[in-house]
Amino acid sequence: MFPNPFDYYAPETCDDVYALLHEHGYDAKVIAGGQSLLPMMKLRLAAPEVLVDVNNVADLRTMAVSDTGLRLGALTRHAEMERAQWPDYPLLSATAGHIADPIVRNRGTMGGSLAHADPAADWGAALLALDARVTLADAARSREVRLDDFFVDTFTTVLEPTELLTAIVIPAPPRESRPFGQYLKLERKVGDFAVVGVAVTASLDDAGRVVTAGIGLASVGPRPLKAQAAEALLVGQTLSPAVIREAAEAASQAADPVSDRRGSAEYKRTMVRVFVERGLAKIQADWELVNRASA
Amino acid sequence: MAVEATEAQPLGKAVKRKEDPRLIRGQGRYLDDIVLPNMLYMALVRSPYAHARIRGIDVEEALKVPGVQAVLTGEDLAQMNLHWMPTLAGDKQMVLATGKVLFQYQEVAAVVADSRAAAEDAAQKVQVDYEPLPAVVDPFFALTPDAPILREDREEKSNHIWHWEVGDKEATDAALAGSPVRIKEVIRMPRVHPAPIEPCGCIADYQKATGKLTWYVTSQAPHAHRTVLAMVSGLPEHMIHVISPDVGGGFGNKVPVYPGYVCAVVLSLKLGRPVKWVETRTENIATTNFARDYHMTAEIGATEDGRVTALKVSTIADHGAFDAAADPTRFPAGLFSIVTGSYRFPVAFAEVDGVYTNKAPGGVAYRCSFRVTEASFLIERAMQTLALKLNMDPAELRRRNFIQPDEFPYQSALGWTYDSGNYESTLNKALALVDYDRLRQEQKERRERGELVGIGLSTFTEIVGAGPSHTFDILGIKMFDSCEIRVHPTGKVIARLGTRHQGQGHETTFAQIIAHELGLTASDVLIEEGDTDTAPYGLGTYASRSTPTAGGAAALAARRIRQKAQQIAAHLLEMAPEDVEWDGSQFVAKGLPSRRVSMAEVALAAYTNVPPGMEPGLEATYYYDPPNLTFPNGAYVAVVSIDRGTGQVRVERFVAVDDCGTVINPMVVEGQVHGGLTEGFGIAFMQEIAFDEDGNCLAPNFMEYLVPTALETPRWETDRTETPSPHHPIGAKGVGESPNVGSPAAFVNAVVDALSPYGVTNVDIPMFPWKIWEILKTHGLAL
Ligand SMILES: Cc1cc2nc3c(=O)[nH]c(=O)nc-3n(C[C@H](O)[C@H](O)[C@H](O)COP(=O)(O)OP(=O)(O)OC[C@H]3O[C@@H](n4cnc5c(N)ncnc54)[C@H](O)[C@@H]3O)c2cc1C
Repeated sequence: MFPNPFDYYAPETCDDVYALLHEHGYDAKVIAGGQSLLPMMKLRLAAPEVLVDVNNVADLRTMAVSDTGLRLGALTRHAEMERAQWPDYPLLSATAGHIADPIVRNRGTMGGSLAHADPAADWGAALLALDARVTLADAARSREVRLDDFFVDTFTTVLEPTELLTAIVIPAPPRESRPFGQYLKLERKVGDFAVVGVAVTASLDDAGRVVTAGIGLASVGPRPLKAQAAEALLVGQTLSPAVIREAAEAASQAADPVSDRRGSAEYKRTMVRVFVERGLAKIQADWELVNRASA
Repeated sequence: MAVEATEAQPLGKAVKRKEDPRLIRGQGRYLDDIVLPNMLYMALVRSPYAHARIRGIDVEEALKVPGVQAVLTGEDLAQMNLHWMPTLAGDKQMVLATGKVLFQYQEVAAVVADSRAAAEDAAQKVQVDYEPLPAVVDPFFALTPDAPILREDREEKSNHIWHWEVGDKEATDAALAGSPVRIKEVIRMPRVHPAPIEPCGCIADYQKATGKLTWYVTSQAPHAHRTVLAMVSGLPEHMIHVISPDVGGGFGNKVPVYPGYVCAVVLSLKLGRPVKWVETRTENIATTNFARDYHMTAEIGATEDGRVTALKVSTIADHGAFDAAADPTRFPAGLFSIVTGSYRFPVAFAEVDGVYTNKAPGGVAYRCSFRVTEASFLIERAMQTLALKLNMDPAELRRRNFIQPDEFPYQSALGWTYDSGNYESTLNKALALVDYDRLRQEQKERRERGELVGIGLSTFTEIVGAGPSHTFDILGIKMFDSCEIRVHPTGKVIARLGTRHQGQGHETTFAQIIAHELGLTASDVLIEEGDTDTAPYGLGTYASRSTPTAGGAAALAARRIRQKAQQIAAHLLEMAPEDVEWDGSQFVAKGLPSRRVSMAEVALAAYTNVPPGMEPGLEATYYYDPPNLTFPNGAYVAVVSIDRGTGQVRVERFVAVDDCGTVINPMVVEGQVHGGLTEGFGIAFMQEIAFDEDGNCLAPNFMEYLVPTALETPRWETDRTETPSPHHPIGAKGVGESPNVGSPAAFVNAVVDALSPYGVTNVDIPMFPWKIWEILKTHGLAL
């Protein structure tokens, strides 16, 4: 349970990080929370020669809320999101509490989770549902990429070895609507990665009509998935049982799971349907509750 | 100082655990806390293949790693004839592989270095040239002529290890044939692992100057380990000092001797320096002794009104590459013959066949007294099937078949003499606690609403406390146990026993027994275990044997002290010994209750003022050879509901009523029951060490081998009945294992009960959500 030997740097600015990544290329790895990288190194599944610890880079720890959205530095810890009180982004705290255990949540970061690109990760699904974008930068340039274009395959993203993920940008929900969010996770025990994870979010107007909807799926494909057809089915509709059922069915068609010891592909696909259904039904119930209270 | 009423006569009281302040503050001293001067660290090279021939091992590069002191291979050990070692089950096991590896993660080489990191770096550089061979994973296939022979070392060219049977086969077949009602169920207990939080490890410290080996080891049985080590190594036994420090859980996993231990000892002997070896989690789960892996078939015959007439059981026992069980010598399938359970079977027959496969060796008794969990699971599951067949309430079926209180001592069809029990009153208490009749009514109503709700019973009987020397030995060593008590001049006591607790609370409960016998408080008595240079010989702690054996020894040693104390008391009272009596806390002059002497006064006199001619001092040792085993029992009720969307099972209630005879400390008993139920829950719902077709272990860590946390664990409701054992000195029976033995069947019976209206009679454990969902789908119940 000891990693191979490595060199360690802990720079304090993004520029220094870029320089180190440029110098060491494929031999270097960024370390953020260390909750995915260190276990792999201890099991000697990963053996980077150089670790660039970004925890001292203040620019990566910023958080900004504006009319257009939320901008979270890459070092935003899971635990910070768990405690966050942002009525406009209820899915964030709903998701964070499902990730791992408190110890991992205190260290693990949103940027690290996305960069690691584990298809079972909870942030991947939730942030796809929220239509998030990520900023990627190196010494030469900075670019913003839709999360759906960021994930390529299992443990693979469009990040270049010299690039740093610096921030996550989440668009604000539309005005004149109220956002709701649910994260549903089938796990074998607390702290387990999702057997199936489903993030559902929807902004509903006063009439209960869906203005925007997002559905993200964890652990049912080679990468986190966005159930776009299902999302489209919801927009402009009220969440009747029939609409919910149809969207849930469409979301389950978007899933592309494999059979393993956590269940058959058919089981996992069905769980997507069950969870989307339950998530949307809960959103409808929550909306009714709010509406009744304000009526 | 005045003695608080709660402290006087402590037997049966909830005395707080004396070991807890130390252990829960992180001030325990576990093996890995021990650091000796000049100590080296060992790491093992393990096979990636389940079955492969070793063409060669190249250690050149490993030896070049800075800090490396030596690399040991099987060939090196062969030169000392130490490449194989005996197992406690009478088989033998490779220490470091020569010729072939027989399971994935098998020990192939040992590297020792100045630091653990250097040892691991070098282990990675040992080059082993393997020629992979087809792996035998399925024990049924292993028995066919097509299967390759795994153990080339054996004369018998077969993967069959042994056949064991008990009971009257002919009479059983005849009774089954003549029974109007018959059921047959295939019941599987998968491979699980005790998974103690502290993995196994040792420090071997051989001092060339004195010739003495001090061996610190995570051991449930330090004396047995000393003897085995003496036999294996040829070192004289008095030059081996075994110290088992605080042990972080054992559950049977720390009974056997492991290859890493032998390597550490050999390397310390060779280098004259202390060598530490501590397993990683994966090494613990994937290589050290597993449990269960029994493929069982049960047949029961019964009359139409539900009286059982016969039981027939056949079992394939998958032992992996070596039979490394730790069963008593005459019992290759342990005490599996307790399989007739709490019921009056006129005839029965059970047979077990041990088989080799390419899996890690075992299997130990995981929190059970040698295959008692398997037996209890089988009979409690089969009784459920019979109740379904008869369309009879499972509680009623049990009532009709219980051994009755006036039938004890009861001679079972498979040869045991049950000591005592009142099964029906234990069951009634459990049913009253859950409000069984109302529950059944509620179940009816909820079923009408489309809910899946089940109630499961388990009314098990255990057999523990091995054991009487006429029947029980391990490698020829009889299985009694011992206690030595020394009363100091001020009336304070130190007592040492041949057992070794790992969380059971001996420092408290044994102090209570002795204090109770001597008129002291539990805090007056210090209990020490685990040091072979100071403690009397004993076979250790497992199989719920400590209280039945060493606990008996403690009471009897204390009574020996009291006998002598009575003479001294009489001397102090200036009376004849027969005119003095023990009133439960002091010696009192008969007819003169104001004339009394305390044990502390006697103790002082024992060193200052003994009667003329008496040997001074106040010490006693007792080796207790129990006349029989003890038979704890219990009645458990589980109530579950099933999520028709996901297949997840929710345990809504769980009531456990245990009868372990005299209760020494109700709080400790409750703690044991909570722990065991939690393990039983894990076994029923979460755990399996599975393998793929190449013999790769699929659950070699806590990511895949799931241990329940407080969040998954249901709320336990516990209670007790108390039917003392008539033959045990204080009537105690042992309880540590009952909940693990009794609970898995209750969970499965509840799930089966929920699904039985749709024709389901069996669900295999672990009952993963997807497995339940497949059943729901098949029966059109999935949402
Ligand atoms: C016991 C346990 C249970 C867990 N359970 C869950 C769970 O249920 N759900 C879940 O979603 N996750 C789970 N995780 C993973 C956890 O959420 C990790 O924190 C997360 O996956 C990685 O974040 P990190 O900050 O720890 O990244 P690190 O481990 O530091 O890095 C991970 C990878 O991302 C790269 N990286 C990190 N930051 C950046 C950056 N800013 N720019 C570019 N590359 C970067 C690293 O180079 C590395 O390759 C679990 C982890 C553990 C140990």
